[in-house]
Order: sequence, then structure tokens, then C-alpha cells
Amino acid sequence: MIRLFANAAYDFIRWRRWAYGLTAALIIPGFALFLVHGLNYSIEFTGGTLVQVRTTQAVGTERIRSALDAAGIRDAEIQQFGGANEYKVQARLGPTAATTEVSTQATAQAVDSALAHGLGPDQYKIVRYEAVGPKVGRELQGKAFLAIFFSFIVTLIYLAIRFEWRFGLAAVLATLHDILTTIAFVRYLNLEVSLVVVGAVLTMVGYSLNDTIIIFDRVRENLRKFRRQNLYEILNLSINETLPRSVLTHGTTMATTVALVLLAGEVLRPFALVMTFAIFTGTFSSIYIAAPLLMYIEKRWPGQDARGARAFRPAGTAAPEPRAPQPQPTR
Amino acid sequence: MLFRTIRSRLLVTGALVVGSVFALKPSNTVQRVRDATTGRMKDTTVRRVPINLGLDLQGGIHLALEVDQSKGPVPDCADAISRAERVVRSRIDQFGTTEPVVQIVGRCRLVVELPGEKDPARAKSIIQRTAFLEFRITDMQNLFRDVIPEIDRALREAGVRVPGQAAAGAANVAQLFGADTTKAKKGKAPAKGKVAKDTTDLNAPGALSSLLFQGSMPGEFLVPEEQVPVAESLLARSEVRRLIPRGIELKWGTEVASRGARPYRALYAVQDRPIITGEELEKATARRDQVTNQSVVDFVLSRSGGRKFERETGRHIHDYMAIILDDRVQGQPPIINGQIGQHGQIELGSKPLQDAQDLALVLRAGALPAPLTIVDESTIGPSLGRDSIRDGIRAGVVGVVLVVLIMVVYYRVSGVLAVAALTLYIAFTLAGLALFGSTLTLPGLAGLVLSVGIAVDANVLIFERIREELQHGKLVRTAVDEGFKHAMSAIIDSNVSTVLTAGILYLVGTGPVRGFAITLIIGIGASMITAIFVVRTFYMIWLQRRPDMATLSV
Repeated sequence: MIRLFANAAYDFIRWRRWAYGLTAALIIPGFALFLVHGLNYSIEFTGGTLVQVRTTQAVGTERIRSALDAAGIRDAEIQQFGGANEYKVQARLGPTAATTEVSTQATAQAVDSALAHGLGPDQYKIVRYEAVGPKVGRELQGKAFLAIFFSFIVTLIYLAIRFEWRFGLAAVLATLHDILTTIAFVRYLNLEVSLVVVGAVLTMVGYSLNDTIIIFDRVRENLRKFRRQNLYEILNLSINETLPRSVLTHGTTMATTVALVLLAGEVLRPFALVMTFAIFTGTFSSIYIAAPLLMYIEKRWPGQDARGARAFRPAGTAAPEPRAPQPQPTR
Repeated sequence: MLFRTIRSRLLVTGALVVGSVFALKPSNTVQRVRDATTGRMKDTTVRRVPINLGLDLQGGIHLALEVDQSKGPVPDCADAISRAERVVRSRIDQFGTTEPVVQIVGRCRLVVELPGEKDPARAKSIIQRTAFLEFRITDMQNLFRDVIPEIDRALREAGVRVPGQAAAGAANVAQLFGADTTKAKKGKAPAKGKVAKDTTDLNAPGALSSLLFQGSMPGEFLVPEEQVPVAESLLARSEVRRLIPRGIELKWGTEVASRGARPYRALYAVQDRPIITGEELEKATARRDQVTNQSVVDFVLSRSGGRKFERETGRHIHDYMAIILDDRVQGQPPIINGQIGQHGQIELGSKPLQDAQDLALVLRAGALPAPLTIVDESTIGPSLGRDSIRDGIRAGVVGVVLVVLIMVVYYRVSGVLAVAALTLYIAFTLAGLALFGSTLTLPGLAGLVLSVGIAVDANVLIFERIREELQHGKLVRTAVDEGFKHAMSAIIDSNVSTVLTAGILYLVGTGPVRGFAITLIIGIGASMITAIFVVRTFYMIWLQRRPDMATLSV
């Protein structure tokens, strides 16, 4: 039987200040960049130029994509259109496609010369080109954020009923943290924000919340089980107890997303990268953000048994041996 | 626990599997659509594919629409198109799960792409769920009827004879001949016209009047069905069009009425200005009135539309109001009995409820701010490109194999049980998607990946708990029981909060956000069933077969 991290007794909470520092170092510059430059929205959001191409042979979307890539037209959308040798290319030159006459013509010319290089000048014909509007309104992004905001409120209420409002607040703040780190991540790599990436961000919200609640569930149980321990010890104990599960679950999901990053190709890569980062940040925040935040909230606004007030035990005394403490009968 | 015995649990699992297979079986359904050419309602059989792949994964059909300017220019077509975009989007995507592309191209063009469709006729019928609807008052002053004799005279002068088949035939033949024969015709025709004038004059039936029979209301005329093409060609002549009074237009009806043995089609003379268009219409429902047993269509207008309608109907009490959808008068124009505001109803008398339902469908369809015509249609490949999809599938297969390997290597026999449950999970999820009529797109697949992760996680939580209990020295049977019991609160709380999040995303979000949320909700539901219920059943069977098991393969 393989057992990973069974009976682990790491002092996770001790590293909370390092974690805060690390995450701030990631978020703040990324967010500053985001505020200055915004995000690189995909052609689905900005619109661009539609170029309809007829080739003499059925070359396939792959050849056209590589021809455009070679000319530096990166984020084009290429679709077979009608017959096997007709294609619809949606492209833009800059990251913000102003759909003016001039830019439309410029883009069409760029596609033309790219295809002339990649396919040969007499291998294709440009049937027509015109400006296209965005496929999805910008309001989608606003609506997605609005949806996330409302879902936070619902989560707060649900966790306040099932746990305590302090747990809910810590979980929601940890998820918010993940959204910020993900935006920073997208900004650092200058990934193209397409609909699929929006999907990945939403996945991240679900995943992170899910993970945090699993650890909090164990905290809730241990708080009932061990009456003597303070919150610092309980948190460490709970994280350690759920560690095998965390490693296995995140290991399997990470395996699939890494497979996507490596094998799924250029078009799907931004999506796969965001998903991989999502698992990383979701796991990180459950342990290093949500748990210490819960302790902080308990200290600021102590609950009934005021164990949070005793929470900041000096580092020297460390965490208790898991399982070692004599379980106090609950009643 | 509700299902204590293995037998009842297996029955439930079996029923779910059978249900899933049934939901995933392609089937035919009958749908009521409007025929594009005749404007009448008809039933069509639609092959219902259980799960449609989205435009990004599979492609579909591409239709380009433009504002119809053939009947006079539309002043601001860019504005009309942008309003049409909103209407088309909401009407063809009523449940928000089809995820079509509705995109403005150029200045006055609207591109609609529908996923999964390979049949242009069917795609068009979906588009025709949106149409241009207007309410117009019929020709109450009989302005058109009064000019019919004049039209007859003009036609006679132009050499059109009283239509029997021969006359109609002659006219067509004359047009077919080239420039040489027109001289000959010109020489002959006036002479014949004179002869006709001499002999028949006013009392004799004219070319047009012999085709038209006064209908049951002012402005309604009946034309024998077989003469409809003749009447159409007469009315299209420039000398006739010139004579049609200002402010009056002629519109064909959709209904064919039988008088005696002969079928007749209705032709309506209506005002050229609509009192209201479908853009203002918000809702229309059909019902049968309990008291009078009449078929009734209730409709609701927007607030501003209601004010306008109230003013107009106030001016036209006891007039007939033609309901015109894409240039065809639908049914018989109802009479306006009194002022109608925001809420109105159309009584269809003793007609069957089906007619009322058709009318309601027509009203709901007609919300375009201007008539649109399809200018281009073709099929379209997946927007992700076939190359990307092939790579994506390969990567997905590798990912699944990795998950299976990790589970089986780490949890051994229990891992095999989990993998078996996971295949059931996939069947349940796909069945759920089929029941919701969802279209699976890449963001939807992201939701699916997440829910697979959550399904695996539920199993991991249970297995880790069982291991903990075993480590505490508990017997295998107790350890399994306790493991499931203790893992339950974590699984339920985490999944319920994720479902709540997804539910909010569904309610607030649009398009792909909704697709993601639906897949996630269905996936989590399926994962709860398989992880908690099915895996538990597997354990029960296993433990029953080996009651003396000392160590558990977990």
C-alpha cells in the first residue's frame, strides 16, 4: 500500500507571513500591470477583420494557421467554410482591433501576404474581407464578475448556516485572493483572454472554494473533538490530516491539466495554463491563506469559546503531534 | 439510509443506467414551424441528437442576414441591425444553452451561426422563429375596391384579356418573345382591346375583377387558388401598381378557405403604415377560455408599445386589424372591439386551440425591428480548428489514463471500484446534459473537467477516511461504514456550495458562462450519486462476498 504524507505534522501556519509576502509580491505588480495595460482580450471580445479565402487545394486549417503564425498574426480564428477548400479567417493586427476602414484593409493585406508566403501566391484567392463586430459583448465579462460577486454572498450565507460566518468570510476571501492571483498570472504571461479562459477562471473559483471547505470541514470536526487545543494547533492538525487527500486529488487533476498544457496545442494552451495555475493557487490559498485568515478573523472577532484569542501561540511550542493528544470526550 | 439492501441499490443503479441510455439515444420529435415559402404553420420532424457539440468543437451552419431594402430603404440600417441582433440572440437561444454566434459584420449585415446543424432548411426554420411582425388596419374605406374598375380598364388598354387560361397563357407567351415580335403584338393587341371594349364594356368582368371576390370584411378579397399566380403577375404590373391608392398596400394571406369545392386564398388591402410592430411585443400565450370555450391568444406589449397601441386602437374601434408576419397576413384579421392597452387578447372563436397556439408562436416570433432576408448560407467548420480539436482530444485521453493509473496504483481494488463508478458518472453526466438539451462547448468541457476532479475527490475523501479508520484499528466493515459517514459532511458541504455558485452563474451569466454552470451542476449531481451511492453499493457487495475479510485493499 502506498501512503503519501500519512501522519504528517508540518507547521503550516507558521509560514503564514511568508505566504502573505509571496502572494502580495505576485498580486501587486500583476495588478498594477492590469490596471495600466488592461488584459489582452481575444478576437471574440474585440472583433477584427474577416477574410474569406478560397484555396486551390484543400490545405486544411493547420497550414493556414502556420502561415499566419509565421507572419506574426497569432490569435486568428480559422474555420473551414462551405466547401473543403474555403476558409474563414478572423484576424486582427493589434491587440485592440479598431474596426475602421483602414485597419480592416491593413489586416486583409497582412493576411494576404502571409498566405502568399505560406501557401504560394497562386494557391489561393481572397474572396472578400470585411470588418466584424465582437462575438460576445463586453458585458459578458461584467456579468461574469457580477455572478461571482453574488455567488460569494450565497456562499457566505451557506457557510454561516453550516459552519459559522467566520469560516464563510475566510473561504470567500481566499477565493477572492485566487481571482486576483489568476488575473495577475494571466497578465504576466500576457495570455489571451478568450471565452475559454473565462471558463477556466470560473473553474478556478469552484475548485478553490471546494478545496477550502474540505479543510474547513476537518477544522470544524477537530474543534469539536479536541477541546484543549487552540485554533493554531487545530488548523495545523486539520491541514495535516487532509494532506494525503490534498496531494492525491490535486495530483490527479494537475495530471490532466498538465497533459493539456503539453499536448493540447497552441490554441488551447492559454486555457490549460490557467487551469493548471488555478489548481495551484486554489490549493495554496486553502492552506496558506484561508486557514491563517480564519485564525485572524477569530482573533479580531472572537467566537463563543474565544479559542481564537489564544491562537497566536509562539512558534517555539510548535504544533501538537497529530493523533497524539488524548482525545477529550466531547461531553 | 433509504436503500439498505444490495438488491434495491442495484435496482436503483440499474434504473439510472437504463434511463441514461434512453436519454442518450437519438430520437425524432415533431416541431411546429412556419413554412418559409407559404408562411403557413406546419409540423416537421426533427432528428434530436442527444448532445450537440458547440460551434467551437463541431461547427455548424452559417447564415448571413441583411435588412430587406427591396420594399423601400430602411433609414438607419446599422441601428436596425443592432436591435435585430439582440432579438435574434434572445429568440433563437431561449434557454441559453444553444450558444449560437450572432455577430454584426460590416455595417448592415448580421451573421448567425448555429451549432451542429447540417441541414440549411432546418437552420432557416430556426431563424424564422424570428420574423418581422406588424399590425395593420385593413382598408376600411374600400379605397382599393373603388379603383378596381379603373385597374380593369388600364389592363384592358394594356392588352390583357379577361383571364381564362388562354388569356393568361397568351400574356406570358407575349412576354417570352423577343423584341421582334413585340411590334407584331403592338399592332394586334390594341385592335383586340378595342374589340373587347366595344363588346364587353363596363358590365363585363375585367381582368382583375373577375379574379377577386369580396371577402367577409372590408379590404378582404378571395382569389381562387389556381389563379393566384395570375393575380400576382397582374398586380405586379407597373400600370396596376400606379393605380393602387396612396396609403394602401396589398398583402396575401396564409389561409386557404374553401367555398364549395374550390379553394380560395385571401388577399388583403391594408394600410401601408403599421399601428405597431413586433418589436414592442413581449409575450404571447394561447389558451382556451373556460367560460366561452373560445380559443384565445393573450399578448403583452412593452410599456411604450402599450401606450401607442392604446392610442391607435382607440382610433380604430370596430375596424379589422391584420396581423402581418414577414409580409403575409396570418389568419383572418380580428375585429377591434375596444381600446387595447398593454395587455390584449385576440379571440379566435370556435377555431381549434392549435390555431391559437400557432398564432401565439407567430406573435412571439415577430420581434424584429425590420424585415431581414437571408443573403448567404453555408456550412462552417469548428471555430477552434480541426487541428486544435484533434490535439485536445489526444491530451484529454492522456489525462484520463493518468487519472485511472493514479487511482488504481494508489488505492488498488478500491481504486478499480472508483474507476468503474467514474464510467457510470460519465454516462449519467452526458445523459443529464442531453435532458437539458445543452450544447457542449469548450468552456462547458472545462466544467466537465472540474466535475470529474470533484468526482475523483469524493472517492479520495472516502478512501482516505477508511484508511484512517483502519489505522485506528477498526474492523474492515466498521471502517468502511465510518469512512463513508465521516467523509459525508465534507463532500456535501463542498459540493452544495459549488452548486450554489454554479446556480448563480447560471442565473446571472449569459452564453458560455451558462453552459459552464449547467455542466458543472449536472456533473456534481452525478458525482454525488456515483461516489456516495454506487461506490458504497460496490463495497456492500464486496463485503458480503468476503465477510471474513481482514484487510481491505484501499
